[in-house]
Amino acid sequence: MSKLTNETIVADYLGMTLQVDSLDNENQAYFAHCAAHNFHLQKCDDCGLIRYPVGTACAWCASGNFTWTPVEGKGAVHSYTEVAHAIQPAFKPYVPYMVLVVDLDTQKGAPTEHEALRVFGNLVTPDGVLAPPEAVASVGIGSRVRMVFTDITDGLAMPQWTIDEDAEQPGSPWRYPE
Amino acid sequence: MAQIDQLDPELGASLREKYAIVGVGETEYVRGSGTTTRAMAVRAVRNAMADAGLEPGQVDGMLSYSGMDSTLSTFVSSDLGIRLNFYMDVLGGGSSTEALIGIAMGVIEAGMCETVAIFRSMNGHSQTRVGGTGARAVAPVVSEFLHQRSYGWQSPGQLFAPSFLRHMYDYGTTPEQVAHVKVAHSHHASNNPKALYNNRVTVDDVVGSRMICKPLHLLDCCVETDNATAIIVTSAARAKDCRQVPALIRGVVGRVSKPRADLHYETGPISTVAGHYAAPRLWRNADVGPEDIDVTGSYDAFTFTTMLQLEDYGFCKKGEGGDYVSNGTIFLGGKRPNNTSGGHLCEGYTHGVSMVVENVRQLRHEADDSCPIGPDGKRQHTYDYSEGGCRQVKDAELSANLGWATPGTGSALVMRRGA
Repeated sequence: MSKLTNETIVADYLGMTLQVDSLDNENQAYFAHCAAHNFHLQKCDDCGLIRYPVGTACAWCASGNFTWTPVEGKGAVHSYTEVAHAIQPAFKPYVPYMVLVVDLDTQKGAPTEHEALRVFGNLVTPDGVLAPPEAVASVGIGSRVRMVFTDITDGLAMPQWTIDEDAEQPGSPWRYPE
Repeated sequence: MAQIDQLDPELGASLREKYAIVGVGETEYVRGSGTTTRAMAVRAVRNAMADAGLEPGQVDGMLSYSGMDSTLSTFVSSDLGIRLNFYMDVLGGGSSTEALIGIAMGVIEAGMCETVAIFRSMNGHSQTRVGGTGARAVAPVVSEFLHQRSYGWQSPGQLFAPSFLRHMYDYGTTPEQVAHVKVAHSHHASNNPKALYNNRVTVDDVVGSRMICKPLHLLDCCVETDNATAIIVTSAARAKDCRQVPALIRGVVGRVSKPRADLHYETGPISTVAGHYAAPRLWRNADVGPEDIDVTGSYDAFTFTTMLQLEDYGFCKKGEGGDYVSNGTIFLGGKRPNNTSGGHLCEGYTHGVSMVVENVRQLRHEADDSCPIGPDGKRQHTYDYSEGGCRQVKDAELSANLGWATPGTGSALVMRRGA
């Protein structure tokens, strides 16, 4: 059974109030693993598929039985946007910043050809700060990235992406034409 | 039981042309309404009732949609002296228009009421900014949105952009091709005295405007507007007693989602949008195909949304949307003009109702342009589409509206000119 003793987490990040409600057992567990810098996702106990984002039941077989399972934070950029005009005021000093849609290597192409665990995040430095312009300019579709974390508060860290220095990068990742 | 995706070709015919849009109305398209969403909604519905020739005792249903940023049917009906036999105010943005038209048909068919007024009223500039700045940017980030907004990924443009960029990657679509959507709609708006932005722009203007979030330049984005719009749906039988040529509803679908509506990016190809799933059902219900359509209303929250939907509803082959929107087809005078009012990019942003309003007027052959009005009270269309001129599509008989909520959700509507 889910534990019912969570406390609501409220924290400020770049001028935004992030809140993980006490009743939101799935997000409490998800972000607690992130806070430990140990990425976990829900794996269905019945069909064995891993799902993202956090959900109550399996997107493929509807089973409500799952186990939090460690997942390797490595993958390739599937698509992205590069924001020049920030909406949230505290993001303005960091423009252009990048939002990445990343295909995890884990479960890529399963259960069908066009499916993948596509995990969102900003392009950040290895210590979790929004990446500087020269890093943003080097990343595009196909770039290899690895997961790092931005620590927010106890029980809450955000999964993020940074350039995977140890991986073989594509010669020139696809970028919006300048 | 058969899987739902195996469409029964015989179904979909039962309500074809049994219902019609008989009245349309709107308020001015402005940035700075100086009034409430309630006051605007009342004016828009009153205008639609006058357009149809309906009195308060002849409207007994009301539907509206909003993002918790608008008034309610209870207030609007009271201000108009209408006692309702049916009403609902639903949560929804773009692509709600077509779906609510379908719901209106259903509740009338069920005997719950006779005639439904649908409205959307929004101070999209003065109060709740559709682009996400202001109040929406400072709201706490909770539950599902912790996986999106926390990353500075909040506005519709930011959220949709990965689909747009991936289309460029998958098919070689260029920013210049897609910019033609804005160019076309600006030409159309220049012949629409109501339009908020009625200056004609060029491809260079679009790709030379400042970047908002790749691949969207400022002029690839729609214009936040204060406005209310209304549509009246009733049976084809009752439509015969209304003032206008009815726009008969041949088929409607919506809101149709891609797999994984929670986050559609998990199931690709992400350069394919909900229209791909909606199209077979739309064309079956309407019993026509894209080749039969004279005028389209493909939702232009962004230039790319118009292109992606025209492609996935089959107006061109998958991947050829960039060519379709840039080869002249979608311009007035072309084979199949899109958003002849100027749409959300130029006329003003209304969450979709205005594009249905425009196609109803097109099917009546009464686009409200600057052409002279003849002695019979009808506009004498010149079909000269130069700046400040006509915007009526000659002999328009069939229209298609393609509504967009996100890459993962859409709706559509086919109408035919009635007698």
